[in-house]
Amino acid sequence: MARTTSSDAQALFHSLRSAYTSTPTSLKIIDLYVCFAVFTAIIQVVYMAVVGSFPFNSFLSGVLSCVGTAVLAVCLRIQVNKENKEFKDLAPERAFADFVLCNLVLHLVIMNFLG
Amino acid sequence: MARNIGRFLVLIAAALIYSSALASSIFQPISDSHRSAALELFNPLGGSFSSVEKTYEELRTFEVLGIDKRSDISTAACQSVSEILGSSSSTLKDLFYALKVNGILQCGIKEDVFEGVASRLQSVVGGASALLDFYYSVGGLVLIKGQTSKDDLYLSDAEGVFRSIKALSQSDGRWRYNSNNPESSTFAAGLALEALAGIVSLSSSEIDQSLISTTKNDILKLFDSIEKYDDGAFYFDEKLVGAREHQGALSTTSSVVRGLTAFAAVTSGSLNLPSGKILGLAKFFLGIGIPGDAKDLFNQVDSLAFLESNTVSIPLILSLPATVLSLTKKDALKVKVNTVLGSNAPPLTVNLLQVLRSGSKDTSLIESQELKFDPEIAVYTLDAMPKSVDVGKYTFVFEMVLHDSDHKNLYATGGRIRIPIFVTGVIEVDSAEIAVLDSDLGSIETKKKIDLAGENTVSLSANHLQKLRLSFQLSTPLGHAFKPHQAILKLTHETKVEHMFVMGSSGKQFEIILDFLGQVEKFFYLSGRYNVQLAVGDAVMENSFLKAIGHVDLDLPAPPEKAPQPPAQPLDPNLIYGPKAEIAHIFRAPEKLPPKKLSLTFSGLTLLPFLGFLVGLLRLGVNLKNFPSSSVPAVFATLFHLGIAAVLSLYMLFWLKLDLFTTLKALSFLGAFLMFVGHRILSHLASSSSKLKSA
Repeated sequence: MARTTSSDAQALFHSLRSAYTSTPTSLKIIDLYVCFAVFTAIIQVVYMAVVGSFPFNSFLSGVLSCVGTAVLAVCLRIQVNKENKEFKDLAPERAFADFVLCNLVLHLVIMNFLG
Repeated sequence: MARNIGRFLVLIAAALIYSSALASSIFQPISDSHRSAALELFNPLGGSFSSVEKTYEELRTFEVLGIDKRSDISTAACQSVSEILGSSSSTLKDLFYALKVNGILQCGIKEDVFEGVASRLQSVVGGASALLDFYYSVGGLVLIKGQTSKDDLYLSDAEGVFRSIKALSQSDGRWRYNSNNPESSTFAAGLALEALAGIVSLSSSEIDQSLISTTKNDILKLFDSIEKYDDGAFYFDEKLVGAREHQGALSTTSSVVRGLTAFAAVTSGSLNLPSGKILGLAKFFLGIGIPGDAKDLFNQVDSLAFLESNTVSIPLILSLPATVLSLTKKDALKVKVNTVLGSNAPPLTVNLLQVLRSGSKDTSLIESQELKFDPEIAVYTLDAMPKSVDVGKYTFVFEMVLHDSDHKNLYATGGRIRIPIFVTGVIEVDSAEIAVLDSDLGSIETKKKIDLAGENTVSLSANHLQKLRLSFQLSTPLGHAFKPHQAILKLTHETKVEHMFVMGSSGKQFEIILDFLGQVEKFFYLSGRYNVQLAVGDAVMENSFLKAIGHVDLDLPAPPEKAPQPPAQPLDPNLIYGPKAEIAHIFRAPEKLPPKKLSLTFSGLTLLPFLGFLVGLLRLGVNLKNFPSSSVPAVFATLFHLGIAAVLSLYMLFWLKLDLFTTLKALSFLGAFLMFVGHRILSHLASSSSKLKSA
């Protein structure tokens, strides 16, 4: 049973990986970026767990900056993905412009909140 | 608390002495305190005075008081004097005072200068119509006559001038300043008399006697308007309130005294002025004490100097160095007789006519007796206090009798002089005891002797059915009964609630019986320890005391429901008005910060995902091949990226130092730029990719 599970899992991972290789590079870059943002956020949360939440607004702004960027990147990915028929009419350049604009607004707020 | 009561006693004693001293005040002749006051009041700024009049006032005051300060100001003063006398444009008033200053300082003005001034003054006298012009010009001429060797300085028409001044006089003895002005003034009367005296001395021939006698009559009329204080001081006051230059009582009286003495000095024959009024004037000037103003001091000292040497009658002032005499220390009664300026009186005898106990009828305690004179210190002393004089408040009545009968017309002694005297002494306190009595039978339960001269720590206990009795005897040094102004028993509870009881007396015996049963309500049913204090005080009692006797433990019944509450204790004034406690500022304690190393480590850690991101990019084989190659889009692409970088660095600046508004202003420009280039490059990319697609 155990063996079947592990081999199943292996098979699953393998199929996932092979499926993922076919993803366009631009989407991979976005994925990588999301991971980067999420990990940065996690490190900050760990730091807060270790040290305490004293400059709470700084902590919040740091984490929210990362999470916000990640969310925006996910949105970008959704819009850029060609398989999403919903956004077929939307040019990826337009999506990228939205992404940049939202990021700028988000960071203006973050900077204001940083203290 | 004890100190407060002590202060209170002293205050009452002081108030008593002060109030009785006011009733008939004692006049002291001019003394050293006047001299030091003069030195303080006249301190010219930088050695020069604002006017020559002030200079004269200072010099004259110092001259009368015998202070030699001429050298300090003589150079500056003489210079201004010679300037004023030499100038033909100086005013009459300045000329007059300059001549007066010269009279004191002897500035060595040349004869021809005097001649010029004299001829100018002569012409003014001839054409003058106002009183002040007459006063200054005639006065100036008199001064020139006194300061030069010219004995032939005479007024050409002395009698005419006399008449024209006299024409300004009013029927009540006062004068007008000029013929147009109907208002008459007492101050002007003084000036007029002085001017008239000057005319008499400047006249080459005898002035018509009828003129002199009418002027004398005017003086008598003027003295009818004299005013009087209760203490025997006489003074003149300006009745006119709306006068152009209103003069106070001091300067008005001073002016009249100057005029009167000057006129009396140049005319023969008596003025028939009552000597009491002259003495009253002297009392008025002395009663002022030490004025706080230079002008007042000059008026006072100058007038007293004229009174000292006047030809009407010279006032003699009887004064006592001490009006509080101690019976215990056997103080002798000392009396001084001086002239107003403090010089010795002519030979005379001082009699103590009566000693009256204050508040009682006029029955003298003693026979009239003569005081012994000690010529060395010029003091009259009474050898021994009369036997019948015990402690208390008295009025001593003195009389001065001049030895030389010729002096009787020359000096004003003022008849009977009443002076209030305090005779103090140590009061003997005897047989003081405190006892607790049983209420019903009155039998003594505990009884303790107390020594009110020493320390006592009596300790008693009583309940509400008992009584507390305190008794003592007071007797004067002569053994009479003494009733002090205050004899107060004070009980103070532990909670500082105080109760005062006034001690009653019968003869020497003082006694108070506190029936606690009747007092429970007054004591607010407060049981416990009460401190007992006794205060006995009087102005004439040298050993007034406030003594702690000890304490009594009271056992009072429990309060019924509606019993009055003890009053709230007044707060210590120090608590209300004293300094408040210093405010210690409490700042929020700084938050605990983690060690620096840890924070830096985590900062480094946050870089790790970024590294991972870069590594991931490399592994994905990311490249910049899509970067536009043609020149215009490449420029826009570069600008777009630079724009984003610029916005991010602006955010960095915003975090570090800029405020929101500056940031937003900069951002609006950068944003517009970014929008423009972003739109250009992205639309270029979009069009190229769609071309690619369609191709």
